[in-house]
Amino acid sequence: MLQAQALEVTFNPGTPIENHVLRGLDLTIPTGQFVTVIGSNGAGKSTFLNAISGDLLVDKGSIKIDGQDVTNKTAWQRADQVARVFQDPMAGTCEALTIEENMALAWKRGARRGFHFSSNRTLRELFREKLSILKLGLENRLADRIGLLSGGQRQAVSLLMASLQPSRILLLDEHTAALDPKTAAFVLELTAKIVESSQLTAMMVTHSMRQALDYGSRTVMLHAGRVILDVAGSDRAGLDVPDLLHMFEKTRGEKLDDDKLLLAA
Amino acid sequence: MSLIASLGAIEIGLIFGLVALGVFLSFRVINFPDLTVDGSFPLGGAVAAALIVAGLDPFAATAAAIVAGAAAGALTAWLNVRLRIMQLLASILVMIALYSINLRVMGKPNVALINDPTVFTLFEFAGLPDYVLKPLVLLVIVIAAKVLIDLFFASETGLAMRATGSNPRMARAQGISTDKQTIVGLALSNALVALAGALFVQSQGGADISMGIGTIVIGLAAVIIGETILPARSLIITTAACIVGALLYRFFIALALNSDFIGLQAQDLNLVTAVLVAFALLVPAYKRKLAKLLPGKSKAAPVIVKEA
Repeated sequence: MLQAQALEVTFNPGTPIENHVLRGLDLTIPTGQFVTVIGSNGAGKSTFLNAISGDLLVDKGSIKIDGQDVTNKTAWQRADQVARVFQDPMAGTCEALTIEENMALAWKRGARRGFHFSSNRTLRELFREKLSILKLGLENRLADRIGLLSGGQRQAVSLLMASLQPSRILLLDEHTAALDPKTAAFVLELTAKIVESSQLTAMMVTHSMRQALDYGSRTVMLHAGRVILDVAGSDRAGLDVPDLLHMFEKTRGEKLDDDKLLLAA
Repeated sequence: MSLIASLGAIEIGLIFGLVALGVFLSFRVINFPDLTVDGSFPLGGAVAAALIVAGLDPFAATAAAIVAGAAAGALTAWLNVRLRIMQLLASILVMIALYSINLRVMGKPNVALINDPTVFTLFEFAGLPDYVLKPLVLLVIVIAAKVLIDLFFASETGLAMRATGSNPRMARAQGISTDKQTIVGLALSNALVALAGALFVQSQGGADISMGIGTIVIGLAAVIIGETILPARSLIITTAACIVGALLYRFFIALALNSDFIGLQAQDLNLVTAVLVAFALLVPAYKRKLAKLLPGKSKAAPVIVKEA
């Protein structure tokens, strides 16, 4: 279970370009839930994700994973609990290393690394077996540098790598945004398959309202650093994109009114 | 070039092979432009020479030099990862600090090792002449270092270090402390360079405060020449290429300085180095054009011509 409470993040505090990105964000994700997160540019989606992963330490608030406070832990210290797929296909894998070496790195995610060989016959077999799920023929290219693969292939391998070891939460940061529609659909299907088969707790940030409603079991909308919409179950089942847009505009309008009131006071 | 001059070039080439391995580790693997080597090479030499003169066993003295080099590298990395000082600047700071430290260690600008025991004298029982024995002992040491490094890169920790240099954000997401890897990596790199310094003073008969000047350029030259001649994806070949690069570099230098018709002398050493490195950097970019110019020769790699 992930519990984020009253998260506050301000970039460049005290300067003219000060940006208060997260303004008391609360979100709790129970174990096994697949949550999709949407929001307009600058709503704080990526910042929130980076706060959970530990790439960014929050100014205020607390983050707990399975009851354990990780607020002040760095990204590498949280890696045993948090798995992640980046938006940029280049970011989630090591270009200079082979497919096998990348997977060997992920195999030891969050674990102690010693002086054993990083890969061996048993592991290679396992990697081949995992890669064959993709049906991309990558199981025969273990020794190829991952830089030789296309963006979609790399993103698919990133997903596999993130699921090699169990995690408390899987973070997906607009991981299909940089792909063409066909590849994006393939990677999304794969995501759903992996999350479902391993019963993962997952949070997927996306730009697409369609995706947000089609995948997972709960949708959260962020705006101005807060959760402004949170739908699940039967409420969500009947929703379509126009409804979501409507709700978004409604809450946004109310928000504007609030600001007007504040300014008038 | 005479046999003794050739063996002398091999001897120094092998020593700089260790420097090249160290530079490869910092510049290529961890992606850290580390100039500390200009200080850690003479540091290794100073520590080894001072301790041998003080009567310590040459092997213990060499081991102490390795530890000193590792400390210097760790300090540079620490300045960068903990105090957030720019990589180049952190390494330059440690490099100039080491100049004073080296003077302190030696107590004077140079220490001679004339009749003192060295790691080479231990093998004199073999009855080989000095100019054959030294390159042989060095060859064994360099090959051992190369194999150990190759094994390290194949390990879980070695892989973590390579990931740190290749994609630090991804490395952290995999639970790797990139700070720790950088510190350990630079310590290892400078330990190798200090070992080279310690072997250098023992083979050349003394330590001098200015012996470190240009070490980084030579190390980098060796790495670049090696990569140009033996381009490879496999690390096992790349580490071999570093050593081959260092050997070739010393050969070119010896050739240039020993060929009377060119008219170059010892003071032209740095000029020759600069021209060599510039040439090695140009070769990969112009490889295709060169190949067109020379039909039949697909590889544009320079050919070593042994003097008759």
